[in-house]
Amino acid sequence: MEQKLAISIEKLSKHFEGLKAVDGISLTVQEGEIFALLGPNGAGKTTTISMLTGLLAPTSGRATVAGFDVQKEPLKVRQQIGVVFQQPSVDDLLSGRENLDMHALLYNVPAKGRKERIDEMISLVGLTSRQHAKIREYSGGMRKRLEIARGILHRPKVLFLDEPTTGLDPQTRQHIWEYIKKMSKREGTTIVFTTHYLEEAEQFAERVAIIDHGKIIAVGTPHDLVAELGGDSVVLKVKTPAQVVAKLKKMKFASRVKADGKSVHVTVAESHKNLPVMLHAISGIESIEIRPATLNEVFIKYTGKGIREESGEGGFMERMMNPNNR
Amino acid sequence: MGYFDGVYAIWVREIIVFFREKERVISAVVTPLLWIFAVGGGLGASVQIEGMSYQMFMFPGIVAMAILFGSIFYGMYIIWDRKLDFLKEVLVAPVPRSAVFLGKMLGGASDAVMQASVLLVIGLIFGFVPGIPQFFLAIPLIAIVACCMTSIGLIIGANMKSPEGFNLVMSFVMWPMFMLSGALFPVENLPSFLNIIVRLNPMTYGVDLMREALLGTGQFGIAYDVVVLALATVAFAYIASKSFEKMQI
Repeated sequence: MEQKLAISIEKLSKHFEGLKAVDGISLTVQEGEIFALLGPNGAGKTTTISMLTGLLAPTSGRATVAGFDVQKEPLKVRQQIGVVFQQPSVDDLLSGRENLDMHALLYNVPAKGRKERIDEMISLVGLTSRQHAKIREYSGGMRKRLEIARGILHRPKVLFLDEPTTGLDPQTRQHIWEYIKKMSKREGTTIVFTTHYLEEAEQFAERVAIIDHGKIIAVGTPHDLVAELGGDSVVLKVKTPAQVVAKLKKMKFASRVKADGKSVHVTVAESHKNLPVMLHAISGIESIEIRPATLNEVFIKYTGKGIREESGEGGFMERMMNPNNR
Repeated sequence: MGYFDGVYAIWVREIIVFFREKERVISAVVTPLLWIFAVGGGLGASVQIEGMSYQMFMFPGIVAMAILFGSIFYGMYIIWDRKLDFLKEVLVAPVPRSAVFLGKMLGGASDAVMQASVLLVIGLIFGFVPGIPQFFLAIPLIAIVACCMTSIGLIIGANMKSPEGFNLVMSFVMWPMFMLSGALFPVENLPSFLNIIVRLNPMTYGVDLMREALLGTGQFGIAYDVVVLALATVAFAYIASKSFEKMQI
């Protein structure tokens, strides 16, 4: 524990009229780390970020950011952080450029080099040609990009990004992430981001906390979390499940063998070389389905459901409007 | 340093927004004109107060009204900032919340001064403002009244979570403050229990100050009005700062 902690959370909870939005989570993030909070919509990610940035008072528990208690020293916390909100909070009535000008003043960006820094941020997010247009005339994606530029502008020690790349095209997304990673390495910026995109967490986070129903269910590097699964999941449709199960149980690389009707579920370690061996030994296979081990499988392992299933579910109105549900 | 940069940044934002939101400016001037020309003109045909035409008498009161209404609306505008998510950016800014309040208060007071100036120019044209000296005396005094009223508006705005309470604020704050301030009639003849309210109403001193500045016929004197308003502003500003500190999303 000699390394400095950027964030330390102890049994943090937030209840809204009986709903436990965040339910006693504990967590630490090292300085300079890129950390993801991964979970479906409504898991409590945004509420957690709101408490860490001082926008919501916790119901119980405590948290420190850059060494300062979020409740006792909110101003000190605010002096260390940058926030990119899920819903862009850029000012509608100002132009893109004016938004950044105002932000620079509010966030003490030194007057020397301020203009250049703003130019750099605007060009990073590809808004140079639209910088003098009012935000009212911006599309949702443009607002989001400006929001990101603004969050980075003042070089915060800890940067919170709440669903930063939702609504951005893949190219912009890649581009912005590369910049953020470089910045984190160069300036030691701690990055905490939330996402419901598994790929984003897998690709960019050094460590991930999987969060569901306000609780943290697993923490680790994407690699370790996936490795804990012990391999890829394979589903075989066979004529004689009982026999196949018995055979598989003797194979060393196979684990968690389970029959479900005519299907047999099995986890295969190092499937690239063990799968051929397995298929050779078993006869009567009708079909085979291989699900490579990803964070989604990790999510399924802990919650029994896929992250996509849940996050794809819309609100009440959307479900009502969906012709498939009638 | 950082503190006043913060105040300045928020003040500048309000000024820019003021000039861009023409609808707000126009409506802030039209309502007072209706009072002066419709009510003042109609009633004024048959009423004289303190030996002057009713329109002359009410004009300073209507200027004060414009400041009051503008300031309360301005304060409640925070609710829209909140709805539009813009407020979050300001709430996570690394400046004390009192700086956020101060920037907002000065922004609102600047708006009010500009709006009231338009009214004063119209007053000059129609003879409700006797002369240029009165015009220039009134401007800084308007700023004092505006600081006080904006602070009240911001206390309300900071503590309201949704626009639903809007009508309550109109019925229980704005209109009573206006009606029981002497803006429309001399308050000496009111029953004594209402007179106590009149004396406790900061708006009374704003109206009186405007009447002192423009007509020289106030009740308490400029110095007294200024001191009362300044003390009230300090008290309200303190409460507003605390409200800003407690503000959540």
